[in-house]
Amino acid sequence: MSEGNFTLDGEDIPFQEGQTIMQAAMAAGKYIPHLCYHPEFKPHGSCKLCTVRVNGRATASCTQRAASGAVVESNTHAINDERRALLQMLFVEGNHFCPSCEKSGNCQLQATAYELGMMSPHYDHFFPNRPVDASHPEYLLDFNRCILCSLCIRASRDVDGKNVFALSGRGIKTRLIVNAKSGRLADTNFSEADKAAHVCPVGVILKKRKGFAQPIGGRTFDLNPISATPHPTIKEG
Amino acid sequence: MSTQNTSDTVTAILVRHQRDATRLVQILREIQEQEDWISPEAIDTLEQELAVPRTKIEAVAGFYSFFYTRPKGRYRVLFSNNITDRMLRNIPLMERLCASLWVERGKVSEDGLVSISTTSCTGMCDQGPAILVNNMAITRLDEARVDAIAELIRAQVPLADWPPEFFHVEDNIRRSDILLDTVLEPGDALRTALARQPNESVAASSSRSWREGLPGTEGGPAAMLDEMMRSRLRGRGGAGFATGLKWEACRNAPLKPGQQRIIVCNADEGEPGTFKDRVLLTRRADQVFEGMTVAAYTVGAQRGFLYLRGEYRYLLDPLNAVLARRREEGLLGSNILGVPGLDFDIEIHLGAGAYVCGEESALIESLEGKRGTPRNRPPFPVTNGYLDQPTVVNNVETFVAAALIALKGGDWYGTMGTSKSSGTKLLSVSGDCARPGIYEYPFGVTVARVLEDCGAEHTQAVQISGASGVCLASSEFGRHIGFEDIPTAGAFMVFNKSRDMFEVARNFIHFFAHESCGFCTPCRVGTTLLKNMMDKLAHGRGSLYDFGEIEKLNQILLATSHCGLGHSACNPVLDTIEKFRPAYERHLLHDQFVPAFDLDRALAGARQMTGRDDDAAHIGDME
Ligand SMILES: Cc1cc2nc3c(=O)[nH]c(=O)nc-3n(C[C@H](O)[C@H](O)[C@H](O)COP(=O)(O)O)c2cc1C
Ligand code: SF4
Ligand code: SF4
Ligand code: FES
Repeated sequence: MSEGNFTLDGEDIPFQEGQTIMQAAMAAGKYIPHLCYHPEFKPHGSCKLCTVRVNGRATASCTQRAASGAVVESNTHAINDERRALLQMLFVEGNHFCPSCEKSGNCQLQATAYELGMMSPHYDHFFPNRPVDASHPEYLLDFNRCILCSLCIRASRDVDGKNVFALSGRGIKTRLIVNAKSGRLADTNFSEADKAAHVCPVGVILKKRKGFAQPIGGRTFDLNPISATPHPTIKEG
Repeated sequence: MSTQNTSDTVTAILVRHQRDATRLVQILREIQEQEDWISPEAIDTLEQELAVPRTKIEAVAGFYSFFYTRPKGRYRVLFSNNITDRMLRNIPLMERLCASLWVERGKVSEDGLVSISTTSCTGMCDQGPAILVNNMAITRLDEARVDAIAELIRAQVPLADWPPEFFHVEDNIRRSDILLDTVLEPGDALRTALARQPNESVAASSSRSWREGLPGTEGGPAAMLDEMMRSRLRGRGGAGFATGLKWEACRNAPLKPGQQRIIVCNADEGEPGTFKDRVLLTRRADQVFEGMTVAAYTVGAQRGFLYLRGEYRYLLDPLNAVLARRREEGLLGSNILGVPGLDFDIEIHLGAGAYVCGEESALIESLEGKRGTPRNRPPFPVTNGYLDQPTVVNNVETFVAAALIALKGGDWYGTMGTSKSSGTKLLSVSGDCARPGIYEYPFGVTVARVLEDCGAEHTQAVQISGASGVCLASSEFGRHIGFEDIPTAGAFMVFNKSRDMFEVARNFIHFFAHESCGFCTPCRVGTTLLKNMMDKLAHGRGSLYDFGEIEKLNQILLATSHCGLGHSACNPVLDTIEKFRPAYERHLLHDQFVPAFDLDRALAGARQMTGRDDDAAHIGDME
């Protein structure tokens, strides 16, 4: 396997042939903000938070293959401005009331917003009407917080072999659906043992009756910023 | 319709499609055509017989505008809502039809008979206002025609029995040049390509590009490729990539076991204001297919698709008839024109109302029976296209030009046009002019010349290449059509001095917000933010502050969007702010920021529910 080097914000990063910029950066312990990327799954490239400049050209670092000699910029004022705007878009698109959310402190959206110093939602909220699915005995789906990252879809399809989740609709009406004629999680074969039950970066797929076991303030990203441990093992509940 | 019938209908459709899940979009379209919608029971049958998860079927059914997973009536009327239809007063006509049939816009009538709504440009801009009724195009709407349609729907007359003149679509060819003037006998271009012998420069390119599995002698395909290179033909679908290079890359792409090379003709023609592909498919279908066959011969492809936008459903049967005739003539199928191993056939797939499916990788996804979401690139379709096979995607006009090049040679073609833009271009002219229609010019023609030829007067602006293109003010009418100056996929919309250019831009922004596929954050959310900002300006609540916000959104969309739709979504606003500022200032009642939220408007729902409209039921604007 051939190898090479590129620079990330001036630092040399080694990579193996076939690695993406994101993979190489992570292996080198460098943080590039991201939400739809997860090291265990095939890159998706949809949230665009990981956008960097490669030799001056903007591209998503989670899907872009590393190339030898490339000059990659990530942690710049202009790029972080764009990322803050993307985060703001994700916040106003859904309904995120962090103080009452069980995922607060363990949420990658929230943690990334802290990391990048997002101070306000800036844009007018869309306040979409997205009913909660509480049909399943063990799990709750609060679609209000879905950022359409498709991690649960990839986990269910590629790891669990179940296809419990999918995206339907189009454009701003894109929405998460589950594999049942009734549209209810209870009528799918979803289970707690599924990988898909544990990958949601925000507070959509939640274990029932396990609320606030760990008080807010003492949770994962309350203790360590997401740039230090982007994918910690989060103890649920 | 009973469940048993539905299941039988669906099963019959599935049998026709060999229960092949990669054909899901076509299967859903046929179900929709027969059943008027895609019911949960229909999805039951699909789930069982295709053995795919329900999520996959619902994901696809939910993506396309023309698929309905809730009943939308037996008559589904969609008013084309391009700015050109707007200028021809489509909205009052729609309101007239709604009133006449007692149905609210966007809703289904209480008896479940009819629904009336709007849709993106249907490609009839030179003969609007246009509508689709159950996806069949009706043009030149006026009050009389609206009233007649209301009557036909009320009497529940089957669409097939409606007056044929309603469905008549004009070609309106106003100016022709080499492309439209040359009428090929079917097979001529192909025979010429087959007969071509390699010369010295061909030897060069063939040793560069030779790979396995090409039919015939080495000379023919390589020689044809060389003609393409010499012609300097660039794609006519917008991006202008060199066609010869694209074909060469596909021809050179290695094949894995069991793979074939694929030729796809992009007839999605979704860019608002564009309709030249429709006319080519009507008048020059043989040349389109011949160009595809020449491409297949050149790159060694065995399978072809024409991806036809759903709005052109009425062209499906005539086009299939042309394909059938060509098979009989030995121009498609096995051993074409008697050449052993020269095998190629074409099948037509219909789209279902999604502009983004014109983007080549989204188009391929749709051909594979999926949601039309653009892929991550690289890899590009030339190496990893349809079902991961090397695939050429070209525009309709590109293939017609390729057929011409096959017949007359690349050098001949290259003498036309300009140095960076060889040949001619079809323009779809619409809007404020005396003679809207198709105009073919050699590249390099000025905007002013086109305006004069089409009889445009008091022209304020021209929008070139559709919503994602550029808006030119009168000071720029001396500029030239061509890749050096103003590249275009063909749309040419004319606006006279009476038009509000702010409303033009607003119409295009609504288009982008509606057509965003929703895959990536910046475009999914950003186009709706932009739409909301334009609506805010329209409602008189905008300020200078909002201009800055639009500028900022543009930066984000340019830098972070996944595909060309997001990249160009801000263009119409930025162009018009720069060039037609007074049009915006008329809507700017405030110097300082004003929130988009309007307390009084927010109470409208409550007023409607309580039936009140007195003073106490209103809140004055707090200023
Ligand atoms: C959002 C979007 C829509 C597009 N729509 C069309 C279309 O309707 N027809 C077309 O030929 N190309 C369209 N394109 C361009 C295609 O991606 C592709 O470049 C083209 O089909 C290649 O053919 P050509 O080289 O012959 O132009 C579109 C691109 C984007 C980004
Ligand atoms: S539910 Fe969670 S994991 Fe699934 S798409 Fe939404 S945000 Fe992503
Ligand atoms: S830019 Fe828009 S249309 Fe293109 S992938 Fe993103 S959301 Fe879809
Ligand atoms: S992390 Fe790369 S696009 Fe989401």
